[in-house]
Amino acid sequence: MSKCADIIIIGGGIIGNATAYYLAKKGCSVIVLEKSDHMGNGGSSRNGGGVRQSGRDKRELPLAMYGIKHLWPHLSEELGMDVEYYQHGNLRLGKTEDHLNILRKLADNASSLGLDVQMVDGKEAKSICPYLSDEVVGASWCKTDGHANPMLATLAYYRSARALGVRFITGEEVVSIRKIKGKARQVITSEGSYEAETIILSAGYDSRKLAATVGIDIPVNQALLEVLVTEAQPPMFYQMLGTAMADFYGHQSTHGSFVFGGASGYEGVNKDDGTPVTSSLTASCICRGIMKYFPCLSEAKIVRTWAGWIDACADHVPVISRVEEVPGLILGCGFSGHGFGIAPTAGTLLSQIAVGEDPVLDVSAFRYDRFKAKI
Amino acid sequence: MSKRNDRSRELKEFMQEPDDGLIICRCEEVTKGEIRKAVHEGMFTLTEIRRFLRSGMGLCQGQTCGNLVKRIVAKELGVSPLELEPAPSRAPMRPIEMKVLGNERREE
Repeated sequence: MSKCADIIIIGGGIIGNATAYYLAKKGCSVIVLEKSDHMGNGGSSRNGGGVRQSGRDKRELPLAMYGIKHLWPHLSEELGMDVEYYQHGNLRLGKTEDHLNILRKLADNASSLGLDVQMVDGKEAKSICPYLSDEVVGASWCKTDGHANPMLATLAYYRSARALGVRFITGEEVVSIRKIKGKARQVITSEGSYEAETIILSAGYDSRKLAATVGIDIPVNQALLEVLVTEAQPPMFYQMLGTAMADFYGHQSTHGSFVFGGASGYEGVNKDDGTPVTSSLTASCICRGIMKYFPCLSEAKIVRTWAGWIDACADHVPVISRVEEVPGLILGCGFSGHGFGIAPTAGTLLSQIAVGEDPVLDVSAFRYDRFKAKI
Repeated sequence: MSKRNDRSRELKEFMQEPDDGLIICRCEEVTKGEIRKAVHEGMFTLTEIRRFLRSGMGLCQGQTCGNLVKRIVAKELGVSPLELEPAPSRAPMRPIEMKVLGNERREE
């Protein structure tokens, strides 16, 4: 099989898979190289599944709004399988006046950017989600937000791209990108090399060390988050949930289980054996957070917990950009833990940049060289 | 250990088999036919099968069906079951109520 293609994508997460899918639809030949044995084995299949606009940075918000308007509503149909997308709104809950002040600030911020986010009192919040604790005194409410199943969405893009002829290779670790005649051209792996006109780097945190092989630094840190899932419960509600204090976030899935992410505060010092490892403190801590807001879930059994890494960019906004010093290289990384909801948009934009079309949204805020010193 | 795995390699043509309706994962009610079909749609590892179909994600966490799923996937791929890594086990070992799991902090 040929080791040449129009485009090589490094990283088979949802960003790489979505980009591969949209490129294949444009008629490009594409190779996707993934280090792990499994497609989408990083943050793509470990996140909380939020498809949110509220709470986003103003630079990122247009990407979220575009996806929710144009891509998510028909994604299941487009990819030929249910990605379990629900648009039942996002409630961010508060129990004290301090909480409400935080929520008001977030809501005002979102409203100033043209997003419909309202403050509701405890009674209204309960009319939206009757299972809430009586202690909830208010919430911010964005009715166009929602959630989807990250594992299915990631694999659905992979499955469709593969059916369109994209070549995927797992267990293939890229070690460097090599320039030929001043242009990014070769992708060197531990066992060989591949060549393409254009190289898209969407390898999460590993993007940093790979970009460094052509002299580019992207300021990202690796950060760990944990998630837990309950046994199936009867259908209760399908809003995406969060709290003012970020005690937890999550939702009920199609299957009936609740998926909740959260943190104990010790994530920075969890054990590191090469894969993301959960701490014995965290799931318990998330449970206590959940029960404060949803006492009715205290009997629900936890069946699984897991951890995942995010690539936290210095300003918590992704890099979606060509690289001037390295023609032929495109960066799609630094999604900072909220990339899932904007992945369909990011894939669309990256595919447009790769074939030289004008991207459907302005991506100048996501340049790789936007980071300036404070003095 | 990572092994190079070309997802475009040719598998034998997918043919329906008479026992495709057999339930393999009882917790999540996943059939043999669904597992076989998922392999042909590109899910080449047990972790991918689990994420795609939910097999092994139910109350028993795959303790009942893990080996059966492995055998079916290996046969579709034409490899030995020994070559397939099991999907990772996740804490807790047994399902546990939130109020119990969350009850470990001592009063200060």
